[in-house]
Amino acid sequence: MAVHTAAVELSIEHREALVDFLRQLADDELTLGHRDSEWLGFAPDVEEDVAFSSIAQDEVGHAVYYLDRLAELGEGAADVLAFQRDGGARRNANLVERVNGDWAYTILRHFCYDVFDTLRLRALTDSSFKPLAQGAEKMLREERYHLLHMESWVKHLGRAGGEARERLQAAVEAVWRDLGDLFSLGAHAEVLVRERLMPVPPEELLASWVDRVGPVLTEAGLSWPGAPTLTTEAGRVGVHGPELQTLLDTMRAVYHLNPETRW
Amino acid sequence: MNRWNMEANEMSLASLSDDVLASVWGALDDVKDPEIPAVSIRELGMVRQVCALDGRIRVELLPTFVGCPALDWIRRSVERQVAQVLGRDDVDVVFVFDEPWTSARITPQGIEKLLQFGIAPPVVSNDSRLIPPCPYCGAESGEVENLFGPTPCRAIFYCHHCKQPFEGMKPL
Repeated sequence: MAVHTAAVELSIEHREALVDFLRQLADDELTLGHRDSEWLGFAPDVEEDVAFSSIAQDEVGHAVYYLDRLAELGEGAADVLAFQRDGGARRNANLVERVNGDWAYTILRHFCYDVFDTLRLRALTDSSFKPLAQGAEKMLREERYHLLHMESWVKHLGRAGGEARERLQAAVEAVWRDLGDLFSLGAHAEVLVRERLMPVPPEELLASWVDRVGPVLTEAGLSWPGAPTLTTEAGRVGVHGPELQTLLDTMRAVYHLNPETRW
Repeated sequence: MNRWNMEANEMSLASLSDDVLASVWGALDDVKDPEIPAVSIRELGMVRQVCALDGRIRVELLPTFVGCPALDWIRRSVERQVAQVLGRDDVDVVFVFDEPWTSARITPQGIEKLLQFGIAPPVVSNDSRLIPPCPYCGAESGEVENLFGPTPCRAIFYCHHCKQPFEGMKPL
């Protein structure tokens, strides 16, 4: 099996699949990173202002890594890709575009995403596209801290009982409604897995996710709503909720004042 | 221009002469981390290799964190410093991922200088320990105050022995 180190070695079919997949990766990280940044000044305490700003910086940095790979594939500069594409061209899962809601939802959504992202990165360390394998190896080490942080918050809120646990349980129900497309690999899933650009198929990733998330929810005293049902619709094929448009309007407001400005 | 360069595998990298190599490494000693000005990027273990490509000087750096906002600043500093020391402006600074930067890359001098600066060096171990000894009193009775600190690579701890909060580099 070929190991791809550069764009020139890719067939047209592989290239299309890779471009779509890099958008999924970049858009997940950029969108959630933006949501994280919205907590600055509003988090429950100053430590969480710092934590969410730092996590936002990591996630946006990871998005830039993926966007730069797209730029190398001739898809345009990272800034253009980040700011000029409209919702229909975005491949993030619906989960990461939802508004932050309360603290319980923020924490639970991030925990569920971080478990998923960690498993996805671990799978990507074996990707046949070398830049993805190398980047994943690095990002995995950083994501460890996000996951540690979110997991300890889930347990704290759950064990606190009362309103904290009630809100957390409500967050579980809300997050579960949006898990279907998170695991989807989009329109080119078959090529991505066959060519080992993404070596682990969605069903397998989901099974590992259930094994990892289940015990934490139990420990937090939450009830398990059952394994989520996968869908190939929604975010991975460019179908998004109105929240994404609002997010993009905010994120791009300064950029659109003058797209040619050098920062 | 991209921040990362992934194409080195297809390039034929060559060696620099010993004296040029020594001068470049010397120049890199004077490029400090802008957030920890006591420590050079060489002492942090960020320099993967110095070599030649198409007759130009090539400095390969490993980012400590992918999203570290200091990277562009560091790149410009390396270019400026090499130009100043060698009188050459044909230097390319690229961030590479051929291997991940890890805590174990920090040199003994780097560890010493971090301590002097008041930042606990990262715990380097095979288990998942996070909490370093206190850089002020050396006690191993710290707890995590915040896994996230003023820069991506630092966390905040609290020492129960000398009752001081302190910063430490995250093990990576």
